[in-house]
Amino acid sequence: MERFLDQFFNLEVMARYLPDVAAGFVVTIQLALSVIVTGLLLGLLLAVIRAFQIRPVNWLIILFVDLYRALPPLVILIIFYFGLPFIGITMSAFVIAWIVLASVLAAFAEEIYWAGITSVNKGQWEAARSTGLGFTGTLFYVVIPQAIRMTIPPLTNRTIAITKNTALASVVTVEEMLTVAQTSLAYAANTSPLTMAAIGYLLIFFPLTMASRWVETRYAWKR
Amino acid sequence: MAHAHDIASKFVVEAYDIHKSFGDFEALKGVNLTVAPQELVFIIGPSGSGKSTMLRCCNLLEQPSRGQVKITGEEITSRGVDINEVRQRIGMVFQQFNLYPHMSALGNVSLALRKVKKMARSEAEDRAHAALKRVGLADKAGNHPTELSGGQQQRVAIARAIAMEPDVILFDEPTSALDPELVGSVLEVMRELRESGMTMVVVSHEMRFARDAADRVIFMDGGLIVEEGTPERIFTDPRSDRLKSFLHSVTGH
Ligand SMILES: Nc1ncnc2c1ncn2[C@@H]1O[C@H](COP(=O)(O)OP(=O)(O)OP(=O)(O)O)[C@@H](O)[C@H]1O
Ligand SMILES: [Mg+2]
Repeated sequence: MERFLDQFFNLEVMARYLPDVAAGFVVTIQLALSVIVTGLLLGLLLAVIRAFQIRPVNWLIILFVDLYRALPPLVILIIFYFGLPFIGITMSAFVIAWIVLASVLAAFAEEIYWAGITSVNKGQWEAARSTGLGFTGTLFYVVIPQAIRMTIPPLTNRTIAITKNTALASVVTVEEMLTVAQTSLAYAANTSPLTMAAIGYLLIFFPLTMASRWVETRYAWKR
Repeated sequence: MAHAHDIASKFVVEAYDIHKSFGDFEALKGVNLTVAPQELVFIIGPSGSGKSTMLRCCNLLEQPSRGQVKITGEEITSRGVDINEVRQRIGMVFQQFNLYPHMSALGNVSLALRKVKKMARSEAEDRAHAALKRVGLADKAGNHPTELSGGQQQRVAIARAIAMEPDVILFDEPTSALDPELVGSVLEVMRELRESGMTMVVVSHEMRFARDAADRVIFMDGGLIVEEGTPERIFTDPRSDRLKSFLHSVTGH
């Protein structure tokens, strides 16, 4: 027991590496929040655009979505990081990780929102249109609010799964929490820094799941 | 302003030679329908005869394949007509109510007032409250559809239609999805509307209601109007065999 505590909860090691892991935590939470906000918004935007059924535009959206869902995020990340400089674009590793992960989340989110939009009863469209509300008004005031409420649970799962990929950003030199913890672990020959990282992840994802539960019950209505 | 066309035409709804095909199937084969101001026209007929399709052609939820529809004299089937403007003057009530589940009764009734008629929130809500009061649901304004009985939901749907102060309201089997004990409250509201002079086109199987509230009954079968006349005439003196057998099947003797 004592060896276990020493291995995972060594206070002296923890104190020593706390500043490093904390810095990593800040990077991770910044990346995670940027990815979540932009990814979910971009996904919604794409789903809304898709609802207008403009053929060539829809093909592009479907291509984007299928591509991003098919490729492992790591592959996309590496392609962007090493490929962009060749076409004269230089961005910080953090920004690239942000764009890539946000795009991946947007791709999955688009599919989920889209499924939600198409599952709204045809009668809702007809009722709204019969009052003189146009296509866009019906989409925004009647269909999308219902679609979003239906999609909260699958969207939360996807968001968490993809946001955990922030750890991948270490591949392109982003000093996020897990990398820092692993480096510290190697230096200290002790796993306590990893314990701190685990606590860090809980601090990020617990509030997220709780927020989604809250939104879900707040806006729930029975059919 | 909404009634600008009233003077120009004797009819609120005019539909001439309406055809509607779904693929190869011809659901309407040339139907004529005219509805005078304050008239209550009742449409009956067997399932699949085209009643709903005909009703939906009147506000272009269904685009006729051929024919002409006029609302208060204005042809709405011609190109360049702002259908959203026209639909403000044509209320519609559906069999499945189709209330917005994410909004309160008040929200359901005031949405189009605010977003279509561009009223300020307070004005829209005043009007929505008045409409809810008219259907006997003044105390349910804050309730969501799931907190209401079927009959109450349908009355909210009627309030949603009347709040727009339309020239005509189309009812597509408004009581068919209701438990028998809830039908009365909805018919009561419809009767009150009729007495207040609302022009109405009603597709329904409520023959008793047709008898004592309708001005005219239209019998459709196979995408055509087979017979029409006063309720008295249609129910006591049916001429075609199809109407006779239809009445026989619905009254059950
Ligand atoms: N969107 C559609 N696509 C294909 N066929 C349709 C469509 N809408 C209606 N129909 C067909 O047109 C015919 C008339 O339908 P409609 O709904 O107008 O009948 P109805 O008289 O209202 O019947 P009910 O009493 O069952 O409501 C039916 O045979 C129906 O199957
Ligand atoms: Mg029908």
